[in-house]
Amino acid sequence: MALPVVDYIKLPEKGSPYLEGHKCKACKAIYLKARKACSNCFSRETMEVKKLSNRGKLYSYCIVHRSFPGIDVPYISAIVDLDGGGTIKGNLIDCPADPEKINFDMPVEVVYDDALGRKDSEGNSYISYFFKPTS
Amino acid sequence: MSDVYVLGVDMIKFGRFPERTVPDLGSEAALLALDDANLSIKDMDAFYCGNLYQASSMVGQRILQEIGQTGIPVVNCANACATGATAFREGWTAIKAGLYDCVLAVGVEQMGSGLLGGGVQSTGISHEGLLGSGTMPAVFAEAGSEHTRKYGTTFEQFARISVKNHHHSTMNPKARYQIETPLEEVMNAEMISYPNTKLMCSVNVDGAAAAVLVSEKKAKELGMNRAVKVKASVMTSDPYQERDLVMPDVNTCTKKAAKEAYEMAGIGPEDIDLVELHDCFATAEMLHYGNLSLCKDEDAGKMLDEGQFNLGGTTPVNVSGGLLSKGHPLGATGIANIYEVCTHLRGEAGERQVQGARIGLTHVIGLGSACGIHVLEKV
Repeated sequence: MALPVVDYIKLPEKGSPYLEGHKCKACKAIYLKARKACSNCFSRETMEVKKLSNRGKLYSYCIVHRSFPGIDVPYISAIVDLDGGGTIKGNLIDCPADPEKINFDMPVEVVYDDALGRKDSEGNSYISYFFKPTS
Repeated sequence: MSDVYVLGVDMIKFGRFPERTVPDLGSEAALLALDDANLSIKDMDAFYCGNLYQASSMVGQRILQEIGQTGIPVVNCANACATGATAFREGWTAIKAGLYDCVLAVGVEQMGSGLLGGGVQSTGISHEGLLGSGTMPAVFAEAGSEHTRKYGTTFEQFARISVKNHHHSTMNPKARYQIETPLEEVMNAEMISYPNTKLMCSVNVDGAAAAVLVSEKKAKELGMNRAVKVKASVMTSDPYQERDLVMPDVNTCTKKAAKEAYEMAGIGPEDIDLVELHDCFATAEMLHYGNLSLCKDEDAGKMLDEGQFNLGGTTPVNVSGGLLSKGHPLGATGIANIYEVCTHLRGEAGERQVQGARIGLTHVIGLGSACGIHVLEKV
């Protein structure tokens, strides 16, 4: 049974994987983890769990050509604004690592797959999310 | 409240000193600054020591073991790349509060090699290259791409910043490198994280810098000849921004600190004769032209193209060579840039002297984030 690579990936027994955020009811700010009070408006006890969208738009990116030893390069590190709120970072896949081919605001889909074959010291597999361009 | 003056300030030439220790490097800078002030460790009322990588090992006290254990209060501080500025500012705060007349501030760092950033994950596998990249070159490349998105800034314009700062460093004997890097060489260097090539990343070096700060009373007593007035000292953290979760924000905290610094100093950006800002990557420097109100955000690339930030331009930026060529020993950087500005205000910067410099500004960013700004004025 694969584990989520971050705890805001939810893997329901029935149905599709999704991302879970925490939204401040007072000011609408969205976080990937619950906070004691809202960082933006300082309200307390206003956080509610919110299912985030699996669609979004590319906000910013870079193309990584040198990373830590053992990490495959090049890859696109992408920052994506999810439709309806929330911003996450991940690998943009199925897209050439060429600035000419990467457009700001291009629509992407959040897809879930095995974490590039990486396993922890106990042999556990992980599920991660990736961004895929949609036309 | 008393005004605060820098009476002595100096740095060691940045480089690689694997055979030396952090207290050894820090104490060398401390003695240089004390000599520059014509004072001794016996004259210091307190000592503020900035170091990041050995934050738990009492670096300040170990420096005093090298130069004199007088029993004064020692505060060791760590604040990412704003560590040196934080140590300096703590000294400033204490003199302002009337506690002391004479304090020593040291910033010192010994660096490893390789890319910084990435961090340790709570789960059992690395997130690097899986959930994007957490390396510093990547984080600042993404911040640069945001500037491109908003203002159309080009790879070539980012590269030109590196050409400028490397050129400046050819005139600074204390910089790690004194090597011209033409535009083609910068753009064709190994790509680390597009749009930052290797020559657009700050240099990993060991280094130390130190300053002696004194009250107005003490400055008058000792002689104001080479004293430099601290006209503003400001520190901010990052206010909430909607993309905070994945995009460390260096813009909002800098804009906030700059506004407060100009207000405290009672001046505007047009009064600034030179700036040493946090060019940890070429992309970062581009953001800070607008963040420090040296120009409008949207004009940053154009102003750079026109040479306005070169030595001889309207507001020379990083005439020391900046972190890109002088080097970036994390904890030392925030005092080394104060040394650079003071050297110009004293008219002692030699070939790279900004002619007629009266007021200068220093800026550092510790990612996560801490912003420190100091405005310094010739007496």
